[in-house]
Amino acid sequence: MKHLLSTQDLSLHNAIRILDTAEEMSAVGDREVKKLPALRGRTVVNLFFEDSTRTRISFEAAAKRLSADVINFAAKGSSVSKGESLKDTAQTLSAMGADAVVIRHWASGAPHRLAATDWIDAGVINAGDGTHEHPTQALLDAFTMRRHWAKLSGAPSEGADLKGMRVAIAGDVLHSRVARSNVWLLRTLGAEVTLVAPPTLLPIGVEKWPCSVSYDLDETLARGVDAVMMLRVQGERMNASFFPSTREYSRRWGFDDNRLRALDTLGMKDTIIMHPGPMNRGLEISAAAADSPRSTVLAQVRNGVSVRMAALYLLLSGDSREAAATPVLATAGTAHSTKESI
Amino acid sequence: MAGNTGTYLIQGASILGGEPADLLIRDGIIAEVGTGLSPEGQDGDVTVIDAAGLVALPGMVDVHTHLREPGREDAETVETGTRAAALGGYTAVHAMANSTPVADTAGVVEQVYTLGRTAGWADVRPVGAVTVGLAGEQLAELGAMADSRARVRMFSDDGICVHDPVLMRRALEYVKAFDGVVAQHAQEPRLTAGAQMNEGEVSAVLGLAGWPAVAEESIIARDVLLAQHVGSRLHVCHVSTAGSVEIIRWAKERGINVTAEVTPHHLLLTDDLVRSYDPVFKVNPPLRTDADVQALRAGLADGTIDVVGTDHAPHPSEHKECEWAQAAMGMTGLETALSVVQHTMIETGLMTWADFARVTSAAAAQIGRLEDQGRPLEAGEPANVILVDPAARWTVDPFRMATMGRNSPFKGRELPGKVVATFFKGHPTVLDGELNTPYPHAAVEAGAA
Repeated sequence: MKHLLSTQDLSLHNAIRILDTAEEMSAVGDREVKKLPALRGRTVVNLFFEDSTRTRISFEAAAKRLSADVINFAAKGSSVSKGESLKDTAQTLSAMGADAVVIRHWASGAPHRLAATDWIDAGVINAGDGTHEHPTQALLDAFTMRRHWAKLSGAPSEGADLKGMRVAIAGDVLHSRVARSNVWLLRTLGAEVTLVAPPTLLPIGVEKWPCSVSYDLDETLARGVDAVMMLRVQGERMNASFFPSTREYSRRWGFDDNRLRALDTLGMKDTIIMHPGPMNRGLEISAAAADSPRSTVLAQVRNGVSVRMAALYLLLSGDSREAAATPVLATAGTAHSTKESI
Repeated sequence: MAGNTGTYLIQGASILGGEPADLLIRDGIIAEVGTGLSPEGQDGDVTVIDAAGLVALPGMVDVHTHLREPGREDAETVETGTRAAALGGYTAVHAMANSTPVADTAGVVEQVYTLGRTAGWADVRPVGAVTVGLAGEQLAELGAMADSRARVRMFSDDGICVHDPVLMRRALEYVKAFDGVVAQHAQEPRLTAGAQMNEGEVSAVLGLAGWPAVAEESIIARDVLLAQHVGSRLHVCHVSTAGSVEIIRWAKERGINVTAEVTPHHLLLTDDLVRSYDPVFKVNPPLRTDADVQALRAGLADGTIDVVGTDHAPHPSEHKECEWAQAAMGMTGLETALSVVQHTMIETGLMTWADFARVTSAAAAQIGRLEDQGRPLEAGEPANVILVDPAARWTVDPFRMATMGRNSPFKGRELPGKVVATFFKGHPTVLDGELNTPYPHAAVEAGAA
């Protein structure tokens, strides 16, 4: 794995490999000294063209737990009109010896450009690009679901997929990189996905996606779900005629208290409620739902660090360093030895 | 009659892909067409060109070229753009109005016209802006541009749609006074705010804002009805969707005076290429689907679409070496048009070389009202002639082109057909596939005086 740009081209083998590695990484987070020497001497640059404190600190914590040197580069603003171009920024980071670039960009495809051009040779991790993809978010969501799904079946998470799991993703699918990355990854892992949204917030062409589509959240819940993922409604959508008002949105597509009760009424005691954060409490999710025992919001944040550690580790230790890298994990005393060749 | 541009005897060229014949070009005119013509007995020096295996065609006429001068000489100049035109087989180009300053006055169109004359590689026919500054608010002085030395007949805000229906109606009506035509860039602005690529299956996956076909089709539908209502001549630039072809076919059946153009890139490329996020594939209108490509080919073959226009749009590299959303829209096209049309239309059996001559030359000259272009290859006609080797195969390398733009979407593709010679008013601007010398306007006029 040279880059992590998208979940669409992530094979089942590689997806499971990342999730399994993340399980090992998560054990590190449970120890008193939350640090591995695996990436000592390697430099990871967090290149953020768009504000996202949560994602940045998650990657920063992940890199530091692997002992990498971390540089945070906040390059907000449009690259051509307001300053340096992406090409010049990339070449600058390359000259400074960056081994991996974690890029967040408002423009869809910007990470692909970094990976496809000769501007920089480093491994590229997509930390969210425009309305395209956010692969590490989907991986941490899948990691969270897999733990839940495995616990229910009484089997270990390692090596498992999500076959048979019913997942509803509700909200602004049109503008959501989280929804796209989840649809591809969950399909690969064998889950059954239903997208629930107002028709205005579904892309033309969604009918070709490997999932079902519904305009009715209640009906989707009534048919049975094992996980409900609520998407954030961005402020700039609210006055662009995508829906009449926030109240109407909330009534029809928000996970409110009535729907929280409905899960109990319908007998779905094990259904979890997910949200990638930050939440609009009272809009797409009610406070009671967000704070209920079903909510995995904080577990998702915690798992995000493990998944990002796994991604950085697998990218930077690469196939050529495989032999040297495996003992690093082993000597660090993680809970599980590496079971498959990574 | 033109002055002394020499005598050339082209032997054994297949005229419009038909039977081989000889063409004698003398002093800017096709003096004779026949078989067994001999250099013996001609006055003065005769240059003999062996054209066995080559196809002779009328010099191509582009209804849609961006030469960028004045204002963006870092992207292209009239000199470099018309060198590219000559190499691509063009003897006339219509220079679009979106320069800086905009070609919305007699002064600017005369400047572009004069730059074209000075360069001498092709007829440069400036297109006048429909509205002042392309702002879509007030008609530019269309009559002054028509009466200028540039004799403007085509008017367009290309790059921007004349979306105000009243303004469009007035423009269509007004240009009737001097047999002008309004060339519309059909793009409903509200439906395409922030649009990045064709809206459909691919844009859904890539998360790029969609550019729906209906944004083009709704404007074309409105404009053909307006043209019918006021009895005017309408030209539709760069038609890109199957639905647009249907609307234009319907309009023509009703006798509406509409012509339409398709670009070579829309005849070959689809939005699948955008999956690379390489901005070399970013263009306005956007690359569409394979179904659209097939409909455009069928429309060009059956005459619904009248002409091929390149929409040659060179950009400096920094406007393409960036994020997709930041990148400029446009592709170069002058030096690849013939090959792409041969590949998509002739080698597929949809068209003959005679059809090619119609859609790349005769019909285009008719739309722009160019009297000396797009003429039959017959004795007494102006000698705007090209020789094409249809058996040649070449790999597109943007760095070996005459245009300053390196933004060719065909980079690395092997394409058929090569322009071997271009005669512009009897003078070879291209010989042996290489630039020769420009047409010596000054010397010819001094000699003729």
